[in-house]
Amino acid sequence: MKSNYACRSNEHEIARRGFLGTMLGTAGVVGGLGAFTNRSIATELERKQKRVVVFNMAGGISQLETWDPKPGTDTGGPFRAIPTSVPGVHISELLPKTAKLMHHLALVRSINIKENDHGKGRYAMWTGRRQTPAQEFPQIGAVMAKSLGADKNALPGHIRVSSSTGGRSNDSAYLGPAFASISIASGKPPANSARPEGMTEKQDILRNDFRRSADERFSLRRRSAQTDAYAQSYEQAQQLMANRDVFDITKESPKDHERYGKHELGQHSLLARRLLENGVTFVQVTHSNYDTHNENFNFHLEQVGEFDKAYSAFVEDLVVRGMLDSTLIIVMSEFGRTPRINQYYGRDHWGTAWSICLGGAGIQRGAVIGSTNDNGTAVKDREVDHGNLFHTYLQAVGVDSLGSFSIGGQDIPVADPSHAPIEELLA
Amino acid sequence: MTLLETTEVTVDPTATHVDKTWKYTSPLITCRFDPAGKYVFAAAQDNALIRWTLADGTMKVYKGHDSWIRDIEFSEDGKTVVSSGCDDRLLFWNVEEAAAEPKPTREIHAHKGWIRSIQLSPDGKLLASGGNDRIVKIWNMADGKLVKELVGHEIDVYSVMWHPQDGTLFSGDLTGKIYRWDTVSDKPALVYDGKELYTANTGQKAGYGGIRGMALSADNKTLYACGLHKATNPFGAVQEPLILAFDLESKKVVKKWEVAGLKAIAWEIKLHPQGFLFCVCGGGAGGYLTFIKPNEDKDYHRAKLPNVSRGMDLHPDGVQICVAHYDKQLRICRLQAKVEEKKEG
Repeated sequence: MKSNYACRSNEHEIARRGFLGTMLGTAGVVGGLGAFTNRSIATELERKQKRVVVFNMAGGISQLETWDPKPGTDTGGPFRAIPTSVPGVHISELLPKTAKLMHHLALVRSINIKENDHGKGRYAMWTGRRQTPAQEFPQIGAVMAKSLGADKNALPGHIRVSSSTGGRSNDSAYLGPAFASISIASGKPPANSARPEGMTEKQDILRNDFRRSADERFSLRRRSAQTDAYAQSYEQAQQLMANRDVFDITKESPKDHERYGKHELGQHSLLARRLLENGVTFVQVTHSNYDTHNENFNFHLEQVGEFDKAYSAFVEDLVVRGMLDSTLIIVMSEFGRTPRINQYYGRDHWGTAWSICLGGAGIQRGAVIGSTNDNGTAVKDREVDHGNLFHTYLQAVGVDSLGSFSIGGQDIPVADPSHAPIEELLA
Repeated sequence: MTLLETTEVTVDPTATHVDKTWKYTSPLITCRFDPAGKYVFAAAQDNALIRWTLADGTMKVYKGHDSWIRDIEFSEDGKTVVSSGCDDRLLFWNVEEAAAEPKPTREIHAHKGWIRSIQLSPDGKLLASGGNDRIVKIWNMADGKLVKELVGHEIDVYSVMWHPQDGTLFSGDLTGKIYRWDTVSDKPALVYDGKELYTANTGQKAGYGGIRGMALSADNKTLYACGLHKATNPFGAVQEPLILAFDLESKKVVKKWEVAGLKAIAWEIKLHPQGFLFCVCGGGAGGYLTFIKPNEDKDYHRAKLPNVSRGMDLHPDGVQICVAHYDKQLRICRLQAKVEEKKEG
């Protein structure tokens, strides 16, 4: 597949050289935005750059134990509801710290994705479309990285913070490998990002100069999207090597480690803040696991407690550091959990009437969209699905979700064109 | 009925059968007979405490908790029933209650978080409680005042039990640790390690198990603790019951019983006055009462129940066992053969 710019236009050539030049000038400078040597560029990006963070509550967190409690009903379970900083809005008592920050956040309580399968639910929520064999769609991180120009940043634009360091994932579909996620483990730089032992810095510079020279020569006649992605991957790897400290959460204060929690989610959330501060466009943090068919309440007690601590510290920091207006925060799962409590004190898969929490960039503060009936078994008003949410996320950070990507000469809608954003949720 | 009478009655666990069934409107969590054996009280998922009269099955509902009740206990004179809730509270009620809508006679905000287990001291003067704030507390039954806080557990307390003679108190937690507190002196607690009753499942990143129930042998030399093991899939309820026996003196596990092949949790364990142990087990396998002779290596009988069981108690007569079920039914089982009704004509 040839890129649209195989025409080798002067304009593009200049832009690309400028980009590489900026990258090369950043070696040894710590920090994404701070890595830009041109202060005016950095200032402009700092002002405009939108970022996105997703807290992935893997397995399907219970809406009844979080954002849409129904105490005192046949489905309510043992947890009570508590008031939040938004008058009239109550959430589960498992989220006391988050409740105090609700005026910075928003809830959507009327989601029906009509999927109760992990894989299909995940696909729908992460791509905004239903899974079909006919077409593979990119996940939200890839779409955000592409739409928000993450490829022009010094650091990777699409990062998943996970338990183990890995390479790039296959989640960018037609957007290409440049926008696929890179998995990194808490407190550790990406795999193989250190200069090989036995190689001097001078040798490293020489080999990279040689590689660039060969790439440039090759590109004069055979340039394609793949070769660009290949070259960009190398340049990004160079930046990673130069900016390994960005991933090192031991640089954060002991107080912050304590505030976020020393459990995995706390450490991952702290790393997420550090990455966003350093200009990474999209970060995904996963909290595992909520697939609680058995002892739902004991497990949610344990897990949501961890989440409340880490998440509230994260939101507080974004507020204090002036990043909330430019950072979209999404807390989501592949689906919720059944209102019916099963024989094992568990709740099962439930895509029919559930909730997410979001906030920050472009989102109305304190908004609550839609509702469920008294015991949470059905959406009562303003039913929305994954398609509506996907449009909303994009619009919230200023991306035209009704637009298209131009892929190999073909226009592919950024989001499912049969859906629209939740306008009343947008600021 | 006295213990002496109980030991003299003829029971046959292998003939265990359901004798009575009473239905409520919400799944049941646990149940207890009152000391006189006149009533059975149960907790339900609608936050209610329900009283059934054993003789005729009439029902009274006590509502006061804002959340589920996890345990039920009685005063020594049998006039007061105490319920411990997931709403941080202990509520005291009249057992003999005439009002249509009973009100609690006392309310104690006892813990921060669920109060999973309570038990009256052998002399009837103190009530022990344990819960999710990791603290064990001792209350004066006469006035409801806090007597002592016992701090040491590093995770949620699942069960408490008094030693019948020496004033020590056992408390078991999620990770399988059992603390034996000297409630009189300030000596450090002894710790019994029941780690086999805990699974840290790295795949699901879940800590699962806990000391779900405890009992002591008749000679008070052996401590029994029940729960689960083989939790290969905690979120999917894949586990099997396990009972550990600790030598009280050496603190070592001296025997264990795996209720093999039964996909369930051993929720509670009791020692029958006639010397055998019995557990209520519930889970994917359904509901069971399992019976164990302490000198044998395997359970010797499993009485299948009609639905998943979650809690049980032994009547003072030593014959009847009440069982709380998920299907909203309270079942009274008898440890005796069925008496066939004579057909007329």
